[in-house]
Amino acid sequence: MADVEGPSEARPTAAAASAAEPAPSAGIHAITRRQFLSGGVAASVAGAAGLVVARHPWAAAHARRASIDGRGTLVMVTLYGGNDGLNTVIPFEDGHYLGGRAQLGYQPNEVLAIGDGLGLHPSLKGMKQLWGRGQLAIVRGVGYPNPSRSHFRSMDIWQSGVPDHDVPSGWLGRWLDTGTDPLRALSIGPNLPRLLAGERASGAAVPLGAFRLPGGPSLSASFADLQRPFPGEPALEARVAQSGADLLRVQSALAEALSHQPAPAPAGGAGPAAAPAGNPLAAQLDLVARSIKSGLATRAYAVSLGGFDTHANEKQVHSELLGQLDAALTGFASALAGDRRGQDVVTVVYSEFGRRVAANASGGTDHGTAAPVLVAGPRVRGGFYGAEPNLADLDQGDIRFTTDFRSVYATVLEGVLGVDSKVGLGARFAPLGFL
Amino acid sequence: MVEARDRIAHLYRRAGFGAGPEELDRGVARGYEATVDALVAIPDRDAGADAVAPPSFASESAGAVRDPAQQRAQRQQRQEELRSLQQWWLSRMVASTNPLREKLTLLWHGHFATSIDKVKRPQLMYGQNQLFRALGSGSFESLTGAVAEDAAMLIWLDSNTNKVGHPNENFARELMELFTLGLGNYTEDDVKEAARCFTGWGLSPTATLALRPAQHDDGMKTVLGATGRFGGQDVVHLLTHSPASSRWIPARLWSHLAYPVEPGDPVISELAPAYAADLDLRRLLRAIFLHPQFSSDRALTGLVKQPVEYVVGALRALGLGVDARTPVVLQELGQVPFAPPSVGGWPQNSYWLSTAASLARLRLATALAGRADLHALAALPAEGRPDAVARTLSVARWSGPTAAALGRVAGDPPALLALALTAPEYVVN
Repeated sequence: MADVEGPSEARPTAAAASAAEPAPSAGIHAITRRQFLSGGVAASVAGAAGLVVARHPWAAAHARRASIDGRGTLVMVTLYGGNDGLNTVIPFEDGHYLGGRAQLGYQPNEVLAIGDGLGLHPSLKGMKQLWGRGQLAIVRGVGYPNPSRSHFRSMDIWQSGVPDHDVPSGWLGRWLDTGTDPLRALSIGPNLPRLLAGERASGAAVPLGAFRLPGGPSLSASFADLQRPFPGEPALEARVAQSGADLLRVQSALAEALSHQPAPAPAGGAGPAAAPAGNPLAAQLDLVARSIKSGLATRAYAVSLGGFDTHANEKQVHSELLGQLDAALTGFASALAGDRRGQDVVTVVYSEFGRRVAANASGGTDHGTAAPVLVAGPRVRGGFYGAEPNLADLDQGDIRFTTDFRSVYATVLEGVLGVDSKVGLGARFAPLGFL
Repeated sequence: MVEARDRIAHLYRRAGFGAGPEELDRGVARGYEATVDALVAIPDRDAGADAVAPPSFASESAGAVRDPAQQRAQRQQRQEELRSLQQWWLSRMVASTNPLREKLTLLWHGHFATSIDKVKRPQLMYGQNQLFRALGSGSFESLTGAVAEDAAMLIWLDSNTNKVGHPNENFARELMELFTLGLGNYTEDDVKEAARCFTGWGLSPTATLALRPAQHDDGMKTVLGATGRFGGQDVVHLLTHSPASSRWIPARLWSHLAYPVEPGDPVISELAPAYAADLDLRRLLRAIFLHPQFSSDRALTGLVKQPVEYVVGALRALGLGVDARTPVVLQELGQVPFAPPSVGGWPQNSYWLSTAASLARLRLATALAGRADLHALAALPAEGRPDAVARTLSVARWSGPTAAALGRVAGDPPALLALALTAPEYVVN
């Protein structure tokens, strides 16, 4: 049902950029744009998005801003647990919002107003500044048809990019399948998310602490010796060997690169230091920032923050989590501010679902559906994209999505990574205008 | 055809944490079926594990602590209690003389996955762990009913704040999706109706289930097509006895003991009818271990060792104990006991095969090789050492390339052992 032929839509900046400098992505820009139609809603959204942007006072800055044109670095920030979208980008003027959330909702004087009757959560002060600089895009009402309220199924859908059946690979993993180098995509932490798992290739997981092999060169050489594939090797054993070979490749590349970008001196003992204490996302993004500045060939990074499953006592827990998110993203932006490569970094923040409009009796919210996706970066065209969901027209208490999540992915696949979005998504989706 | 000794070694790896050469000899002499029966008998006493001193916990006041200094002290106290709780359980696994009970405790911890991150009190995690140990091989309905009333679970999935009028769906949803039925076997309405059945379940000041009639919705509910004035345990009964559950539970156990399957797999069709008759887990385990597919080539290379299995198995094989580093190592490997990543527990197989985990295994292997007593290994001629390490680690045999790679370091016993612990044949269970 995807990939329906629709009216073509030119993207002025992209067309201009590709004319000036035919990058590998030039061929993609030449393809007739197809619009994903999800009933009539998506079509009107695509039209509305452009208008909304043009209205913003920083439209002139957008016009001056150079396009990344497929040569950028993508940072995917996954919020595990189902971030409450309505308490992140808050429709404080909508009576249906506070109507269902007498205790849990934020009053108009509490939010950081950003126009259109919307306000950012009070913890998102750094995001508000990015918004003011025109470097934060808010894609509203992002979701997919027949939403799943299961954390796992819904996160699998978001990470695989396939909403109607289970696919073990991720949408970025299928992009990785077009090459073999595990260095192209790194996830920070012990386990690799499905996002970066391909069918043949996959990204690499980099631990937060020291990233050194034990023993001397002879142990490393012997370890390398163990990872050689051979015919008839059982599939899982071959995967073990592949992960060992990938480790050797990634460790040596990263060690070389980071030797020029040392971490700030630890405050007391080993471990990541620059990040504020107790902010795991900031620690991950600190490593990402140093990797980017070092010139490492990595094109995509995956980082995450958990704990968003706020069924109870949401107000305090959610405020703290968004505070961590804000501090981490703000720190990341300033770490990259003076860096040439940092200009082409685009950060996308998403979660597996939003939450119900109405609060439950535990001072929290239950699993919901569509939610906003945040996109930040020096070359992002700030503003609202996608229609704000209508809280007067709910589907059994849940928000109806207005923007297909794959249109966000298509935008970054083409705009940041410079590949045909069909590679990752199996079909083309109309890009949004934020790049 | 799998050789008798290899088949029993496989059984010990999956039903426990591997067996040493002498234990294998005894198993071969006794025969496969008798060995299965001995394992699934699960005597009440476990001479090895029961010798491990249980953790102790400071008493905590029922109310929330408000004073910042007291809060810090409480966090510190809980952190220490968690460490000793982790070391206690890991030590039980290492010392166990009938490890199927500890293995099942680990399996149920992953199935009814509950995390200290939200529960906060290590003592309650201890209570849940003991529940898995006591009820893990009895009736699945009794197990599920007890888990529903367990203090850690009441906190973890918010049952303690589930009230009439605004039900909290968290527990009801995961009960259906993960604990009993599997996705696709219930509707959104079933979730909402089941949540009403559990309203009023609270936590008493002594951390036991407290039923609060005023907060309970005593109206009619319809769950999986049945209608009545149901309470929580009625829902547990309905769900655990449903046809979907009689496939879901065997599929979960099979996936953790043999190789990953979906509930629709033909193997599960063979296991489900007998299980459905009485929900008896001990009988189901016996049927799994005796199923021909359990001893198939597919099963023999069908699971990657979870980090806990990897670490515990290596410590047992090398005659080493748990130390303060062990929980840290498990964190690097990505599996922290009492802190699963989510209510879905830990994923399987390729989830454990990241580059970061590969590094953590190599580091751990190097450290263990430094701690292990290698005199016996060093006394052997170098060409015999790789096979001797295989026997110690309960690996049937090294592949040609692994044997060659290990042969090149056989002159250096610590390096040989470290590399053997990272070899694909050992990492895969």
